[in-house]
Amino acid sequence: MSSQPLFRTCPESGLQFHKPAEWLMRANAVAAVVLLMFGGLLAVGVTLTRWPAFHLLPADIFYQVLTLHGINMLIFWIIFFEIAVLYFCSSTLLRCRLATPKLAWAAFGLMIGGAVLNNITVLGGSSTVMMTSYVPMPAAPNFYLGLILFAVGALIGCFIFLGTLVIAKEEKTYEGSIPLVTFGALTACIIAVFTIASGAIILIPTWLWSLGYIAHIDAAMYRLVWWAFGHSSQQINVAAHVAVWYAIAAIVFGAKPLSEKVSRMAFLLYIAFLQLASAHHLLVDPGLSSEWKIFNTSYAMYLAVLASMVHGLTVPGSIEVAQRAKGLTKGLFEWLRKAPWGNPTFSGMFISLIGFGFIGGISGVVMGTEQINIIIHNTIYVPGHFHATVVLGTTLAFMSLTYFLIPVLFRRQLVFPVLAKWQPYLFGIGMAVFTLAMMGAGTLGVERRHWDMAFADSALGFDYPASAYTMMGIMGISGMAAIVGGAVFVLVTVLSVFFGKRVESESGYSLATSRLMRAEPGIEHAGGHAAAGKWGFAAPGTFVFALFFLAIFVAYYVVNWKYLASVWPLS
Amino acid sequence: MSSIQPPSEILWWKQPLDRVEGTWIGIALVWSLIMFIMMPLWHVYGKQNLSNEAYRTTPEAFQAKTQAMVDQYTVRTETDMQIPVVRPPPGSDVYLIARLWQWWPLLELEKDQTYRLHIASMDWQHGFSLQPVNINTQILPGYEMVITVTPDTSGDQTIICNEYCGIGHHNMVGKIYVTEEN
Ligand code: HEM
Ligand SMILES: [Cu+2]
Ligand SMILES: [Cu+2]
Repeated sequence: MSSQPLFRTCPESGLQFHKPAEWLMRANAVAAVVLLMFGGLLAVGVTLTRWPAFHLLPADIFYQVLTLHGINMLIFWIIFFEIAVLYFCSSTLLRCRLATPKLAWAAFGLMIGGAVLNNITVLGGSSTVMMTSYVPMPAAPNFYLGLILFAVGALIGCFIFLGTLVIAKEEKTYEGSIPLVTFGALTACIIAVFTIASGAIILIPTWLWSLGYIAHIDAAMYRLVWWAFGHSSQQINVAAHVAVWYAIAAIVFGAKPLSEKVSRMAFLLYIAFLQLASAHHLLVDPGLSSEWKIFNTSYAMYLAVLASMVHGLTVPGSIEVAQRAKGLTKGLFEWLRKAPWGNPTFSGMFISLIGFGFIGGISGVVMGTEQINIIIHNTIYVPGHFHATVVLGTTLAFMSLTYFLIPVLFRRQLVFPVLAKWQPYLFGIGMAVFTLAMMGAGTLGVERRHWDMAFADSALGFDYPASAYTMMGIMGISGMAAIVGGAVFVLVTVLSVFFGKRVESESGYSLATSRLMRAEPGIEHAGGHAAAGKWGFAAPGTFVFALFFLAIFVAYYVVNWKYLASVWPLS
Repeated sequence: MSSIQPPSEILWWKQPLDRVEGTWIGIALVWSLIMFIMMPLWHVYGKQNLSNEAYRTTPEAFQAKTQAMVDQYTVRTETDMQIPVVRPPPGSDVYLIARLWQWWPLLELEKDQTYRLHIASMDWQHGFSLQPVNINTQILPGYEMVITVTPDTSGDQTIICNEYCGIGHHNMVGKIYVTEEN
C-alpha cells in the first residue's frame, strides 16, 4: 500500500474519495458529457429532419448523422458515465482505494481511442450502417474495431470495479454487507461482463468478415447474438440508474430501503432473467418458433418486469418512509408535496422514475408481447419507447447525480443555479412529450430510421394520415425543447467544472481512512415503520400511486390487443 | 444516508418485508402471469399470429419461384419501370421479393381469401411494413418467411421498408391491392 496521503473526506456529504479514483471519475464523467454534447448536436439534425415542416438534412447525411447519434448517445455517453458510477459505488462508497488505477487509465485510453476511431470512420462516410450494423450491410473494418476497443476498455473498467470490491472486503473498509447501491452497481457490472462477452462473440467475427477472413455471417444468427449484447446493455443501464435512484433517495432524504431483502432480490432478478429477454427484438423474425419467442419474452422478461415494478415501489416508498419519519405524515401525499422540488438532484431523479416507469416501462412491455409486436416492430414507436427508458430514465438520472457530484467530486459550486433548477423540468417534460408523440406516430405506422415520410421520390408513393404529420410535428417541437434542456445541462456542468467557484470548505488529503459503518437502525423498529403510515402500510401514498400505475398499464395493454384484433387475420 | 451504507441489521435477509412490499409483489406477480398467459391464449383464440413458418433459401431459388408466379399470373404493369402486377388465385402461394430498393412484384389479392405469402430478401435486411393496416415483420436474406394472410379490408395497401437498408431505403415502396370478390 502506498504511504502518500491519498484520501479526503468531503465535509458536506461525508463521502470519502481516493485521489486516483477521484481523477478517474472526473475524467470518465467529463468524457461522458463531451460525448453527450456531441450526441445532442447530432440530435438537432435528426430531429429537424424528421420534423416534416423542416426536413432539414439530405438523405445521406441524415442516415449518417442518425448512425452517429445512436452510437455516441447509447454507447459512448452512457458507458463512460457508467464507468464513473462503478468507481464511485466501489471506491467512494466503500471508502476503499481503487484497484489498479494505472490499468484504469489504460482502460480509459482504450475507450477514448475506440470512440474516436468509430466516430472518424462513420464521419468518413464509409459506415452509415446505424448502430445495429445488421449484416450483410457492410461497414468499414475500423467501425467494428472502434467498438471492440471501446468494449475492451469498458470490460477492464468492470474488472477494476470487481477488484475494488475484493480489496474493500479484504482490507475491511466497511462493516457488514455492501450497501444496497453498491449491490445495484454490482448487478450492473455482472450484466456488463455478460454483455461485453456477447458483443465480442458477434463483433469480432463481423470485423473479420469485413476484412475478408470470414466468408459469410448468417443474418438471423447475427441478430440473435447482437441483441444478446444490445439488449443486455440496456439492462446495465436499468440496473445502474435504479442504483442511482436509491443513491439519490439516500443522499437527499437519508432514505433506507423498505427492506434490504426485497430490493436486493429485485436486482438479482435482473441478472437471472433479463439476459434472455433479447428475444423481444426478434418477435417478428423468421426462423424462430413461437414457443421460443413466448418463453424468452415472458418467462424471462416478466420476472425482470416484476423486478422493475418492485423498484418502482420501493424507491419512492423509501423516500416516503424517510419523509414520514420527519413528521410529514398528513394525508397520503404530504411527503411528496413537501419534497425539495427545487433541487435538481431530486426533481431530476423523480421525473426519471416516473418517466421510465409510466412511459418507458409500459410501452416496453406492451410492444414486447409476441403478437402485439406485429403492429409496432420498427415503427417510430420503438425509438419513442427507448428514449423514454434510456433518455428520460437513464440519462436524466445521471444528470441528477451530476448535480450532486459537482460540489462533492469536482469541488465546484454550480454556476447558474436557477437554470439548473429548471433544467430537469424542461428536459424531462420535453422528452416525455417527445416520446409520447413518437409512440402516437408509430401507432399510425410511421417508420423509424426513415428519411422521408412523404415518399416524394418514390414511384409508387404513400400518404400517411394528417394526424401522423401532426404527431411528427409535436415530436419536433418537444424534441427541440428537450435538446435545449440538454444544452442547459451541458452548459451548467461544463462551466461549473471548469470555471465554477471553488467550494470553500476544507477537504485536504490525508493518510487515514475511516471505516464505513452500518446504517443506524431506524426509529421504526419499535412498532415497525408502518407506524407512521396507514393501513399497516409503511408507504401508503406510494402504494396508491402504484395502483394508479397498474390501472394505466392494464388499460393500455388491453387497448393494444384490441387494436391488434382489427388487423388482417394472419397465421 | 442509508442505502449507501451497509444494512443496519447484520442478518438483514432475515428481516420481515413490509406489508406494502408483500402486497405489491403479489399484485405485480399476478399481472405478470396474466400477461404471460395472454400470448399462448391468443395463439388459440386470436386471429393475428405469425406461423413462424420459414425455410432456408437462396436468392436464385427464390427469384426463380417468384418469376414463375409472375410469368403465370401477371395482369398488367405499372409505372415507367413496367413493374408487373400479379393476381394469383386465392389459396395459392404468393411470392414477394425484397431487394435494394424495391418490393417486387406488385400484388393484387381478393378480399376475404387466404394466401400463403412468401417473402425473402435478395441482399440486405429489409422490413415489411404494410400500411395503413399496419403489419410489420423482419425480412432476412437466406430465409423465406411464410405468412398465411387473409385480407379482410379492400383497397390499396402500401408496403414500406422499415429496416434501414442504405441510401434508397425511403424509396422502397410496394403495393398490395385488395379487390372485392368478383
Ligand atoms: C433531447 C435529446 C434527444 C432528441 C431530441 C433525440 C431525437 C432522436 C430522433 C428524432 C431519433 C430518430 C428516430 C428515427 O428516425 O428512427 C433518435 C434516434 C436515437 N436516439 Fe435520440 N434523441 C435525443 C437524445 C438521445 C439520448 C440521450 C440517447 C441515448 C442515451 C439517444 C439515443 C438514440 C438512439 C439509440 C437512436 C436510434 C438510432 C438508430 O435508429 O440507430 N437519443 N433520437
Ligand atoms: Cu429495404
Ligand atoms: Cu429499408
